[in-house]
Amino acid sequence: LAPWVPVVGLEIHAQISSNSKLFSGSQVQFAAPPNSLVSFFDASLPGTLPVLNRRCVEAAVMTGLALNCSINKKSLFDRKHYFYADLPAGYQITQQRVPIAVNGSLSYSLCIDNKMSQMVTKTVRIKQIQLEQDSGKSLHDDTRSQTLVDLNRAGVGLMEVVMEPDMCCGEEAAAAVRELQLILQTLGSSQAVMAEGQLRVDANVSVHHPGQPYGVRTEVKNINSIRFLAKAVDYEIQRQIEELANGGTILNETRAFDSKLGCTVPMRDKEGKQDYRFMPEPNLPPLILYDAKSLPANVNHQQVVNIDWIHERLPDLPSVKRAKLVEQYGILPEHSFALLNEDGLSEYFENVVKQTQMKPKKVIGWILNVLLSYLKQHSLTVKESPVSCFLLADLLNLLEKREISSTAARQVFAELWKGEGKTPLEIVKEKKLELIQDQKELEQICQAVIDGQESEVIMIVLG
Amino acid sequence: QVSAALKEGHVTPTELCQRCLALIKSTKFLNAYITVAEKTALEQAEESEKRYKRGQPLGVLDGIPVAVKDNFNTAGIETTCASNMLKGYISPYNATVVQKLLDQGAVLLGKTNLDEFAMGSGSTDGVFGPVRNPWSYSRQYKEKSVPKSDSEDEESNWVITGGSSGGSAAAVSSFTCFAALGSDTGGSTRNPAAHCGVVGLKPTYGLISRHGLIPLVNSMDVPGILTRCVDDAAVVLGSLAGHDPKDSTTIQDNFKPFELPSLPDVSKLSIGIPKEYHAPGLSSEILALWSKAADLFKNAGAKVTEVSLPHTRYSIVCYHVLCTAEVASNMARFDGLEYGHRSDMNKSTESMYAATRREGFNDVVRGRILSGNYFLLKQNYENYFVKAQKVRRLIANDFLKVFGSGVDILLTPTTLTDAVPYMEFIKEDNRTRSAQDDILTQAANMAGLPAINVPAALSERGLPVGLQFIGRSFQEKQLLTVAKWFEKQVKFPMIQLEEVKGHNDNVFQHQKSASFS
Repeated sequence: LAPWVPVVGLEIHAQISSNSKLFSGSQVQFAAPPNSLVSFFDASLPGTLPVLNRRCVEAAVMTGLALNCSINKKSLFDRKHYFYADLPAGYQITQQRVPIAVNGSLSYSLCIDNKMSQMVTKTVRIKQIQLEQDSGKSLHDDTRSQTLVDLNRAGVGLMEVVMEPDMCCGEEAAAAVRELQLILQTLGSSQAVMAEGQLRVDANVSVHHPGQPYGVRTEVKNINSIRFLAKAVDYEIQRQIEELANGGTILNETRAFDSKLGCTVPMRDKEGKQDYRFMPEPNLPPLILYDAKSLPANVNHQQVVNIDWIHERLPDLPSVKRAKLVEQYGILPEHSFALLNEDGLSEYFENVVKQTQMKPKKVIGWILNVLLSYLKQHSLTVKESPVSCFLLADLLNLLEKREISSTAARQVFAELWKGEGKTPLEIVKEKKLELIQDQKELEQICQAVIDGQESEVIMIVLG
Repeated sequence: QVSAALKEGHVTPTELCQRCLALIKSTKFLNAYITVAEKTALEQAEESEKRYKRGQPLGVLDGIPVAVKDNFNTAGIETTCASNMLKGYISPYNATVVQKLLDQGAVLLGKTNLDEFAMGSGSTDGVFGPVRNPWSYSRQYKEKSVPKSDSEDEESNWVITGGSSGGSAAAVSSFTCFAALGSDTGGSTRNPAAHCGVVGLKPTYGLISRHGLIPLVNSMDVPGILTRCVDDAAVVLGSLAGHDPKDSTTIQDNFKPFELPSLPDVSKLSIGIPKEYHAPGLSSEILALWSKAADLFKNAGAKVTEVSLPHTRYSIVCYHVLCTAEVASNMARFDGLEYGHRSDMNKSTESMYAATRREGFNDVVRGRILSGNYFLLKQNYENYFVKAQKVRRLIANDFLKVFGSGVDILLTPTTLTDAVPYMEFIKEDNRTRSAQDDILTQAANMAGLPAINVPAALSERGLPVGLQFIGRSFQEKQLLTVAKWFEKQVKFPMIQLEEVKGHNDNVFQHQKSASFS
């Protein structure tokens, strides 16, 4: 049986973190009362015109630079037409012909065989990043045969990031998206919280035999978390392989991921190929970006975006932060991944290291194996941890000074977790967990034990 | 002048407003106005009066009654675009140009009639019926028309205003207001200006904000200015032009309002006569007039040469593709969901859309939407839309070449003939008419250039004929200077209307064309 090569590409929509929308001044805010954040332009009132939001352009440039893209100094806006209740103008303003950034790459890491001990680095090519409008939300009320439309989200700025089909499975897709999410959050260009719809992922999946051309691909939508992304992709790969193995064909269709059933199903709404009748957006001149060289002399800095200026101010990307952590603290690469994977954890770690004599290599164990597992068990974020970095540092110092055993330390941690305001020292004293250093005292205790178990002792002595 | 009269207290803004409102009522048969905003107009006039009494008028336009084409958004006053789709639509905001006029103290009398969504060249295809050219009722026209005994024939003999800003042109022509806003996409301000004997200015694209102007073709539309004399047009231009942050297609440069020289001099100018504008169907009358005008300039010492704009003949077809494509796009928002007409059909969202759009739009609009969508289909886009864009570039380059060779202003006819009777006009469909009538005005929109119609003379039938000047981008001052000079030369006669006579007083009497500046 010839092997199958799965091919996975991704289209990711990241909501830009900005005060106002891409082309209008209405506010961007999650979960506001319906239709309370809608300007005349958002409602498509006739005669209104788009005005480009500078912050959105900067966010896209930052993201493009972080993803090693070429930033197009001239990019264009287009209209993409279709009729839908959540698209008031009957078209979306997007960048179809010349997007703002192209030809980048994203490196991400995977653990081999689910062990945290071996990590491998992969790269996925970024085809392009384009600026476009988000649509509103429509809720179908079947009982009353009506559709409710909320335009709060209509017009919010999006960056569409297109990843080439360089991935081969759900795990890779998930890792790539996770890394993108971290990058966006580090840049601040998007908060990228999937649960709040700030990061939406559609997967393009196909399979083929090695040496053969790519197979027909399907698009998978309605993926609401990174975990579900991996599941959806793997399911779809499997489904296609089975279908083809049984002599069937793959339709070039859009399928929705059903998280309850764990499978993909054809989407009802798809009515054949749509012709979006793309047309240049006549109300927006070409977007011109400058760098230090091309910046005209007498220009109003409010009116221009300087790529070099943005580049100089980029924060350390996750990959750089991880490398620094490994170098500075001597921890393993997979540790650095784990630290950055949880919001606030690396700062917590570094704070503990600062305040304790314990070696970072040992501290990391406490952070990842103890603190993190407690947090996960109780579904808390680092910020919400009842054990602050100071408390943990104190505890680790006791351990380091051999005043308590590591078992005792664990007990103390459990007590600290209760958040009753006691210090580690207080708990140790309270529970009498001090390590006994005195030889004589130890002998006395041992003798007492032996004395109390006469019969056992005789059995042991007799063999 | 009326501005001076207001300043000196010879007449008050309220009186002026009331007179205009009365005149509107007595000329109702012209059907120039869709909505008359009597109450708010009088309130504005009152406010203006208070300012004059304090000796603090806002400017030349303070207290001046104006009218606005009904495709401009006016807060609180219905904006219909002469379409069922927007019947009863009350916009929550003012178009920038409307706001600017109001900020200058102008008195907004009402919204004027047009072809539905500005599609047409006759102002005959709106849901409120056609606009009648005031000159139909002028002594000049009546004298020249074949004498008929019964009034019924007289009734059916009325001529069109041209379009699509016919209501605005008629309003200015019949003295019901001192200035009106129109829009110009293919000639929609200049064409009716020519037929109604008024000045119609199409400014350079990007000079005046389109925010609030309900678009026909975003890449060609401009707000147009209609007045009774060139000086007035310059004043209105001065109050409207300039960058608008709400319209990203307006230029950033600071605009400085200008005054025209009282004695313009054209002796140092080079006037170009584009030979392609001698188009088929051009009446011999207008041809002769054009020639006479050229001679006028020659005799004044200007250099007058024949020039060529070789791609002129492609502009109509090119316009058709680009216009319909944009229309298809711009009209997509009219789905009955957020505002405007919504059909009762509610079986599904799609069926509601379809019914709403069928009920809301007339045949002309629907025809253009269908054509436009066709041209935008993936398989057609390169061959039609992109091709048309390339041809557009060629047309624009024709002008650049000619202006680059030293020509300052182009002189052309504005229309092929004088205004035709309505009964004759409707014998051909909207598309045919538009293709015929836009031919002399359309290219200026393609190239984004400023152009102006100046009334030149009366035709043999006693109807106005105008001539067009086309200038360089953003050189409105030069364009208007030439126009003013020409205006002084030809001394176009004032319309002799019964209704207007009745309202005559020293305000209207002074010049042949009563102005407000």
